[in-house]
Amino acid sequence: MKTSQSNISNLKSNERMSNGNMNLTLKVWRQKNAQTPGKLVTYKADGVSPDMSFLEMLDVVNEGLIHRGEDPIHFDHDCREGICGMCSLYINGQPHGPKRAITTCQLHMRSFKDGETITIEPWRAAAFPVVKDLATDRSAFDRIQQAGGYVSVNTGGVPDANEIAIPKVIADEAFNSATCIGCGACVAACKNASAMLFVSAKISQFALIPQGQPERYRRAQSMVAQMDEEGFGNCTNTGACEAECPKEITLTNIGRMNNDYYSAKLFREEEIGHHSEG
Amino acid sequence: MILDAKIPAGPLAEKWSKHKFNLKLVNPANKRKYDVIVVGTGLAGASAAASLAELGYNVKAFCFQDSPRRAHSIAAQGGINAAKNYRNDGDSVYRLFYDTIKGGDYRAREGNVYRLAEVSVNIIDQCVAQGVPFAREYGGLLDTRSFGGAQVSRTFYARGQTGQQLLLGAYSALNRQIHLGKVKMYTRTEMLDVVVVDGKAQGIVTRNLINGATETHAGHAVLLCTGGYGNVFYLSTNAMGCNVTAAWRAHKRGAFFANPCYTQIHPTCIPVSGDHQSKLTLMSESLRNDGRVWAPKNIELAEKLRKGQLKVTDLKEEDRDYFLERKYPSFGNLVPRDVASRNAKEAVDEGKGVGASGVAVYLDFADAIARLGEDAVRAKYGNLFDMYYQITDENPYKVPMRIYPAVHYTMGGLWVDYNLMTTIPGLYCLGEANFSDHGANRLGASALMQGLSDGYFVIPYTLGDYLATIGPKAIDDKHPAFAQTKKDVLDRVAKLLALRGTKTVDEYHRELGHIMWEYCGMARTDAGLRKAKGLIQALKADFWVNAIVLGENEEVNSSLEKAGRVADFIELGELMVDDALMRSESCGGHFRVESQTEEGEALRDDDNFAFVAAWEYTGENQPEALNKEPLVYENVKLTQRSYK
Repeated sequence: MKTSQSNISNLKSNERMSNGNMNLTLKVWRQKNAQTPGKLVTYKADGVSPDMSFLEMLDVVNEGLIHRGEDPIHFDHDCREGICGMCSLYINGQPHGPKRAITTCQLHMRSFKDGETITIEPWRAAAFPVVKDLATDRSAFDRIQQAGGYVSVNTGGVPDANEIAIPKVIADEAFNSATCIGCGACVAACKNASAMLFVSAKISQFALIPQGQPERYRRAQSMVAQMDEEGFGNCTNTGACEAECPKEITLTNIGRMNNDYYSAKLFREEEIGHHSEG
Repeated sequence: MILDAKIPAGPLAEKWSKHKFNLKLVNPANKRKYDVIVVGTGLAGASAAASLAELGYNVKAFCFQDSPRRAHSIAAQGGINAAKNYRNDGDSVYRLFYDTIKGGDYRAREGNVYRLAEVSVNIIDQCVAQGVPFAREYGGLLDTRSFGGAQVSRTFYARGQTGQQLLLGAYSALNRQIHLGKVKMYTRTEMLDVVVVDGKAQGIVTRNLINGATETHAGHAVLLCTGGYGNVFYLSTNAMGCNVTAAWRAHKRGAFFANPCYTQIHPTCIPVSGDHQSKLTLMSESLRNDGRVWAPKNIELAEKLRKGQLKVTDLKEEDRDYFLERKYPSFGNLVPRDVASRNAKEAVDEGKGVGASGVAVYLDFADAIARLGEDAVRAKYGNLFDMYYQITDENPYKVPMRIYPAVHYTMGGLWVDYNLMTTIPGLYCLGEANFSDHGANRLGASALMQGLSDGYFVIPYTLGDYLATIGPKAIDDKHPAFAQTKKDVLDRVAKLLALRGTKTVDEYHRELGHIMWEYCGMARTDAGLRKAKGLIQALKADFWVNAIVLGENEEVNSSLEKAGRVADFIELGELMVDDALMRSESCGGHFRVESQTEEGEALRDDDNFAFVAAWEYTGENQPEALNKEPLVYENVKLTQRSYK
């Protein structure tokens, strides 16, 4: 079970690659919109401070572009503290860049070397079409959640919170699954553009706890069906998703999902039913 | 105008139940004849949209993010208060009410705050039923912790990600209603105006952020759940997209803006590292349970530290000033947020700041590590230490953290009555966007409580009363007010897109932030505020001539999005300064230099300022009109806070 992210006392005293300001070359995917083909465009980023975050580096490049009357590089971002799941850059061939267990907004320029060339692309997946430049449309994730990623309870009329006892280890494991930020790095990392890590994390969170039991098998079936409809690929157990997940969601979730999905399909027809209420 | 807050009469504990009984109900068969617009999908918006759809109303929900799950409620770390008294430690609805009124420095309404405390218990039940994975004890029941100096353990939490888990709970309820067809969800869509027809809010104008399409949406009521305006300071712990535009547009259409100068400055944030800084990161204030705040004894030592001529770990014990422990012996490092923040700023202003920029003080864990061991400290704060290391490249197990206060939350917002209705009938405001429950200072773990209280348990009752009054006659966007408001929006967009000057929108935003932080931040003076007003007016004039806004309306255009938001922030900034100037008392997080005790502590002026300041827009470049809602305390005795 996961307890924390990188453990800093185990790190070398100074893993900073660069101390002074750096001059970098960026190769950035530029694409006007979903209908227009895109291409990599080269930019210079000079005087980059190692203390900048990766997105702040792009902010500075954009300020320069705007001053020159050029269209700034478009990228999704919001909270800039690694929790909203909005930022989504494919940096030198890795979702969220070279460091493990962080999002792009938490990546700092000290992870790069002076003179380095950095290639920045959007998530690549048929189910995530490009909106503009580095931003993609991840609404497929919302639709999968809408298909069944909930416990069907209305506001009010629920039991007292402490009437539902859950063993601590189970609650902690459900929490680990629930920490998924829905960024899509798992899809971007997968050669099949599979969304199974994402989908299984949500299915697991509910499958583990008592509140999720009444709809457990129906949920697994409808969320997997929606995932397939969105055009995500299948899982071939390479584990790239787990390696690149900024929240360290584990492959165990996929095992749980498969278990529930097969149970649903093979043995639980009567529990799944055919109502419209999900 | 007489502001009627519509607080029900009668004993405090009976107000809400009686009021619920007196509110009109909408017949179940008629609910599907009503359309409700919800703007924003954070805790308040998502919970309101889901709960109203469950009741049977047709809901249209809007967010500017690519998914409703990304609203900034997601970033709240600490927890959510509820008067469950699961600990048997003396908590009660009344105690949570009392703590909140006192913590708000006696500038919140008794009736609202009591209701908030009352429904807090339902929120936890609701979230658990949804499957929110709160922290649990080995017996399987919910764990709580004491938070923000509270004497009881009433804060429920989900590791350091409580906001995320609560928001995902509300998002799941919202998703269910989207699936059932009761909520129509519009993502990447920004509200740019409210449509007012015959004095009532009946719709909004939105811009599709992908293709620029400007659309009108009609409904029987409009709910703004659009969050706070902390980004007026440019640097804050808010997300980059957080903005005041929806609330500000509503203000210009007739919704009063209350207590705009009430902002919360959080003491334990990671300091600014340079001009490139785009936002600030908060670290949970639980760090002050074990960390000791200090600055060097004198300016010479501080300078040596800043220049790297002296290592912080080499500084002798007698050369360190543990200023909070020295000045507040009984509370020490655990003084409230405002006191801790102000004292850090004082140290920096005296030239004792540390770090390369000199704008920081130390938060030192050396004693805690010596006392408890590094492993125990890691178990408690490991994720925060990791985060600090990630951002600063400094190991806080070995050298003291550097911290500095940052803007975190805004208590001010659109004025609402007890029913959460603004001064525009049919326009409601929920969550951080309204002003209602936190007075001049919000307690830790109370923001999540208020957002969900408004959305799950208040608006589903109060909205029905209004809807039943206006009746279920269909409302569409054919009234000329829709076309006119849409034209106003398009005219403004065209005006922005015509700006091809010399300064980027971010440069204006940064400049505004400097003015606000310098003159309308933690400590304020009459002269400073007057100066700020002039600076902001000049900035506004310059913006509308010299800003650069590139691109077209009919495409993804982040320059245009930012420009519209910053233009609104500039106007809000001026109103905040007006409000701060008018309120010549110290209260909550705001130290008015002219209003202090002999010991230099904040001095409230209850005789003259025990009111809500609700500002009324009177026209472009006209001074706003001040409306006062007196605050009446029937249950709590007003006292001066003391942490000595």
